[in-house]
Amino acid sequence: MTRTARFVVFGIGTAVLVLLLGSAVFHLPAFGGTSHPYRDSTVTAALQRRAPNVVTSINFDQRGLDTFGEEAILLASVLGAITLLRPGKDETQRQRVPNAGRMLQGTRLAGYVLLPISLILGADVVVHGHLTPGGGFQGGVVLATGLHLSYVAGSYPALRRLRPLRWYEYGEAIGMGGVVALGVAGVLAGAGFLANVLPTGTFGQLVSAGTVPLFSIAIGIEVASGVVVLLAGFLEQDLAIAAKRGSR
Amino acid sequence: MIILVLVLLALVATGGTIVVSTSDPRRQAVTLAVYGVLLSVLFLALAAPDVALSQVAVGSAVVPLMVLLAVRTVRSVTGGKR
Repeated sequence: MTRTARFVVFGIGTAVLVLLLGSAVFHLPAFGGTSHPYRDSTVTAALQRRAPNVVTSINFDQRGLDTFGEEAILLASVLGAITLLRPGKDETQRQRVPNAGRMLQGTRLAGYVLLPISLILGADVVVHGHLTPGGGFQGGVVLATGLHLSYVAGSYPALRRLRPLRWYEYGEAIGMGGVVALGVAGVLAGAGFLANVLPTGTFGQLVSAGTVPLFSIAIGIEVASGVVVLLAGFLEQDLAIAAKRGSR
Repeated sequence: MIILVLVLLALVATGGTIVVSTSDPRRQAVTLAVYGVLLSVLFLALAAPDVALSQVAVGSAVVPLMVLLAVRTVRSVTGGKR
C-alpha cells in the first residue's frame, strides 16, 4: 500500500469515527446524573442470570461476542509478536543461559513467598469472576506475571523448568477452542452463538450464572498462556539468543 | 468522595507528566509502573474494581516488563552503552 493510499484509508476511518462518536457523545446522559438506562437494563439482565458481578456478566454473557473478538485479537497479536521475535538467520540459541547476577536475599525470599500466593490469587480471580471483581482476563494476567516471580527470585533456568513453553502454546489453543466450543454449544441448543444455555443455579454460589464461569475459565487459560508465551518470546530474545555478528 | 477523586486525578495528571518527561526508556518503565498503580487507585475510587484489576496487572507489571526487556535487547544487539 502506498503512502497516499494509507492516508486515504486513515482519513476515511477517522472521519466516520469522529462523525459517529461526535453525534453519540451529545446524546449521553450527563456525568454523575441519576438517569442510567444502560445500567438499568444490564443489571436486570445480570440478576436474571444470577450473576452478582454485573461487569463479568456483560463481558462473558450479554456481550460475549465482543469478548470472543477481543480474545481473537489477543491470540493474533501474540502470534504476530512471536513471529517477529523468532531467532533470525544470524542468531543462535545460547548453550549456557546466563545466571542471575547479585541479588538481595530479601528480594529472593519475597519472590519465593509470593510465587504460590500469586498463583492461588490468580486462580481465585478466574473462578470467582461472576461473584467478585475480576474474571478470566485479570486472573490470567495475574497467573502469568506470578509465574515470572520465579525469574525474579531464582534464575532464568528456574523459570524455564517451571514453564514448559509447548504446554502454554497448547493452552492458548485450548482456551480459544473452549470459547468457540461454548459458542457452538449455544447454537446447537438453538439459542444462538455464545448464548447462556446452562441452568443459572443459585445466586452467589460458585457454580452458578450458567456458562459465565466456564467462559471465564477458558479466557483465563488463554490469557495466562498468551502472556507467558509473549513474555517468553521477549526473554528468549534477550537472554537465550546470541547474535553471531553482534558486538556482544 | 469528590475530594478523593480530585486528589487522585491530580496525582494521575502529575504521574502522567513525569512519565512523559522521563527521557531514558529504562527509567520510563519504572515511572510507567508507578503511574499504572496510581491510575488503578483512581479506577477503584470511581467504583470500577474490574478495570482497576486489569490496569494494575497489565499497566504496572506486564507492559513495563516488556519495555525493559525490549530496551535491553536493543541495547545489547546494537552494542550501545549500558
